[in-house]
Amino acid sequence: MTRHIRHAAVFCALLLVALLVNAARIQIVLAGPYDRDPANRRVTIARYDRPRGDILVDGRSVTGSRDSREQLRYERTYTDGPLYAPVTGFASQLYGTTLLEHTHDAILSGADPVLTPLPLWNDLTRAHTPGGHVVTTLNRAAQEAAYAGLDGRKGAVAALDPVTGKVLALVSSPSYDPGVLSGNSAATERSWARLNADPDKPMLNRAVRQTYPPGSTFKVVTAAAALDAGVVRDVDRPTDSPDPYRLPGTRTLLANEGDGCEDAPLRDAFEWSCNTVFAKLGVDVGVAGMAATARAFGFNDPALRVPFSVAPSTFDTTVDRAQLALSSIGQYNTRATPLQMAMVAAAVANDGELRQPYLVERTTTDGGSALTAPGPRPVRQVLRRTTAQTMKELMEGVVTEGTGTNAAIPGATVGGKTGTAQHGVGNSGTPYAWFVSWAQGDRDPEPRVAVAVVVEDASADRGEITGGGVAAPIARAVMEAVLGS
Amino acid sequence: MTPAGTAVAEADAPARAVRLPRRRGIELSLIVLAVLLCVYGYCDVGLARNGTVPPGAAGYGAGLGVLALVAHWAVRLRAPYADPLLLPIGVLLNGLGLVLIYRLDLETPGDRAAPTQLVWSTLGVALFIVVVLMLRDHRWLQRYSYVCVAAALVLLALPILFPAVNGARIWIRIAGFSIQPGEFAKVLLAVFFAAYLAANRSALAYTGRRVWFVQLPTGRVLGPILAIWLLSVGVLVLERDLGTSLLFFGLFVVLLYVATGRTGWIAVGLLLASLGAVAVGWLEPHVHGRVEDWLHPLGTIEAGLGPNQLAQSLFAFAAGGVLGTGLGLGHSVLIGFAAKSDFILATAGEELGLAGLCAVFLLYGLLVERGYRAGLALRDPFGRLLAVGLASIVALQVFVIAGGVTGLIPLTGMAMPFLAQGGSSVVTNWAIVALLIRISDRARRQYDGESAP
Repeated sequence: MTRHIRHAAVFCALLLVALLVNAARIQIVLAGPYDRDPANRRVTIARYDRPRGDILVDGRSVTGSRDSREQLRYERTYTDGPLYAPVTGFASQLYGTTLLEHTHDAILSGADPVLTPLPLWNDLTRAHTPGGHVVTTLNRAAQEAAYAGLDGRKGAVAALDPVTGKVLALVSSPSYDPGVLSGNSAATERSWARLNADPDKPMLNRAVRQTYPPGSTFKVVTAAAALDAGVVRDVDRPTDSPDPYRLPGTRTLLANEGDGCEDAPLRDAFEWSCNTVFAKLGVDVGVAGMAATARAFGFNDPALRVPFSVAPSTFDTTVDRAQLALSSIGQYNTRATPLQMAMVAAAVANDGELRQPYLVERTTTDGGSALTAPGPRPVRQVLRRTTAQTMKELMEGVVTEGTGTNAAIPGATVGGKTGTAQHGVGNSGTPYAWFVSWAQGDRDPEPRVAVAVVVEDASADRGEITGGGVAAPIARAVMEAVLGS
Repeated sequence: MTPAGTAVAEADAPARAVRLPRRRGIELSLIVLAVLLCVYGYCDVGLARNGTVPPGAAGYGAGLGVLALVAHWAVRLRAPYADPLLLPIGVLLNGLGLVLIYRLDLETPGDRAAPTQLVWSTLGVALFIVVVLMLRDHRWLQRYSYVCVAAALVLLALPILFPAVNGARIWIRIAGFSIQPGEFAKVLLAVFFAAYLAANRSALAYTGRRVWFVQLPTGRVLGPILAIWLLSVGVLVLERDLGTSLLFFGLFVVLLYVATGRTGWIAVGLLLASLGAVAVGWLEPHVHGRVEDWLHPLGTIEAGLGPNQLAQSLFAFAAGGVLGTGLGLGHSVLIGFAAKSDFILATAGEELGLAGLCAVFLLYGLLVERGYRAGLALRDPFGRLLAVGLASIVALQVFVIAGGVTGLIPLTGMAMPFLAQGGSSVVTNWAIVALLIRISDRARRQYDGESAP
């Protein structure tokens, strides 16, 4: 019997060995795949088990974290949600992340391996690296001025530093508080449904994700193309342009709002925004020339990121001459984001050099040591320097004696261009009021700010909707904020 | 060996040449160590969760300590030669189980299981003390083997009269307590098997006809035992408690082999087991699903239904890795239903890691080994079979449930001895330890004054 008891004991020992080997199989060999399985909620729990890193504007945090004491523990809060929503986006436990919260999620959530000083250290200690911080290029005063200027009306503002490409302001209105989407409660779901059902689309980032017909502000591009191509050599010599202008190959007549556009020189035509002159100039330059200049400014580029993606602005290259004429005055299929039009103003201001816009100055660890430094952004010569000089003069003229006098700032050189874009079926919609501009303080060696403003429904009275009347004061407020800081 | 043991030895029998050490001092120090480990774990949970020692720490430690010391006193009084490892292992596993259940209670504020478990543990230790004090000789049980089997069958049949809970008809509810009578039946059946096989092992091994290469015993001998086994398994199938029926089957085969030494029994047993498993797997949708889960633990995820309990359990073990997350810092509560009972081992695996899990397995291994050792040291066949049977119950039960939750074998619901929430299980396991203490005491006592085994 003793022998058989020993056999049974060996059998039990085999069972024990099987258990031990299997435990090692699960806990060591298969641990990696199981830990990374998307159905394993521990991944999500770990993501929210520490406060999320912050997004900083002018050295101050515009975000925070709230300890909910629930399974997904820390929820995102925003100190000034609606103001910065077009930059921060939201970080929701139900609906994921958008904008900077999305592009820098690994840094903010603490998951990025660059945050860990020693590799494998956390695997050993089971410690969780605190989330890093994202320092933006935004100018708080400019952002607030833009938001206050829009005052809840539908529209957007984008402002850039023309020399460096820093995004100084990015505002979309009406906005929303991304903090209401942070948690995972029923209230969060209701907020999500309410924001999505809102006809004003508060979650639409109009500054970078919405394209508008740029209207007369596109004449900056057309004038630059005409100068670069040599179609116009002297801005003060009368052009050969009829008023009204018959679109080539059609019987449609294009007219102007005001008088005095017939054969007007480029300077006057720019100051008074003559549609006839620029439609004809566009046709004279030709599709290839117009498209090349537009592309140089950033149109038709689906790859632009700041670091989140920007809706591509378009200039249609498959047009006949009549469509080209309309495209050249910012109608037909020409569409631009406010950021794109700010880039146009910035390139003119910076002597024809376009710096690629960027929004993140640097990222840091929780302790504040820098992770990524701002490297030199790509630069592109959009215009000849002489053309850029001429364009600056033309834009200054608009502000000193043309349609954009509302943007004038004492003690600074300001160049601008107004726009009033028709849209809708039969141009029945309320026109969009545009203003693009740049400014350089009298004591500044270089231009300090380029800005684009669009206001969708400034007023029900069509006659009052002009870029100069509605959009220019907002642009001036933003430029003053930047010059004053 | 210890001051106490030596003193007793010298005072009692100065004339004897060889006096076996009783090793009660070792047992006491191991018990103190086990209680301290459990209190440490309890404090660790509180410190990890809230940064403070939990308010009940002193009470918990004192309660566990007093229970363990009273049990130790009973052993010292009535079973002085008993194996000194058995009681400390029981205390440590039971204390660790309480810590794990308390830890899981923190995740489910509406459902506190630890206080109830402490009450049941107290009852278990009380039963342990009663058995150690009252049962002077294990052979007394041999006389009542048919009473045992009758009681076991009644206990097994009882839950059929009560409503099913979670698909299994294994509970009875009395005065707010749910009791699982099948747990008690395990010990009673082990007593019966041991007694019957001890009485009839020669007949089983050497009489009867030889068919092919298997020596079949006469029907007169085999009949009763097979009938009772079939009856118990049949009742279990009706109650849908397949883990326990697997356990009974394994126990039956092991004892039959040990009693008769016929490998043919093993072959027949395995054949029957496979046939039964395949048949049940085919016919019973509940079991069929378990087999599917075992073959494809992540199948429900791929089907878009989210992780099932087994997948959650595997995730928990994987999250533990080698060193574990630390007590109180894991998320094994994601397993949901039965996290405190059948799946308690996943919490141990996640929070104590492979290191802690191996320690737990080795504790069980040690417990089983001490049981087998007592069986080897005894001379009477009934005692040997009973020791082997009781130890095998623990071994098989640990394998069935631990193998189930780690994906080694298809999952069948069963309580992890001592660790899992479940009053009947804790009480039964304390009874098993008490019987092993009694048997090991008898085993060593018989050699006292002679040469040691």
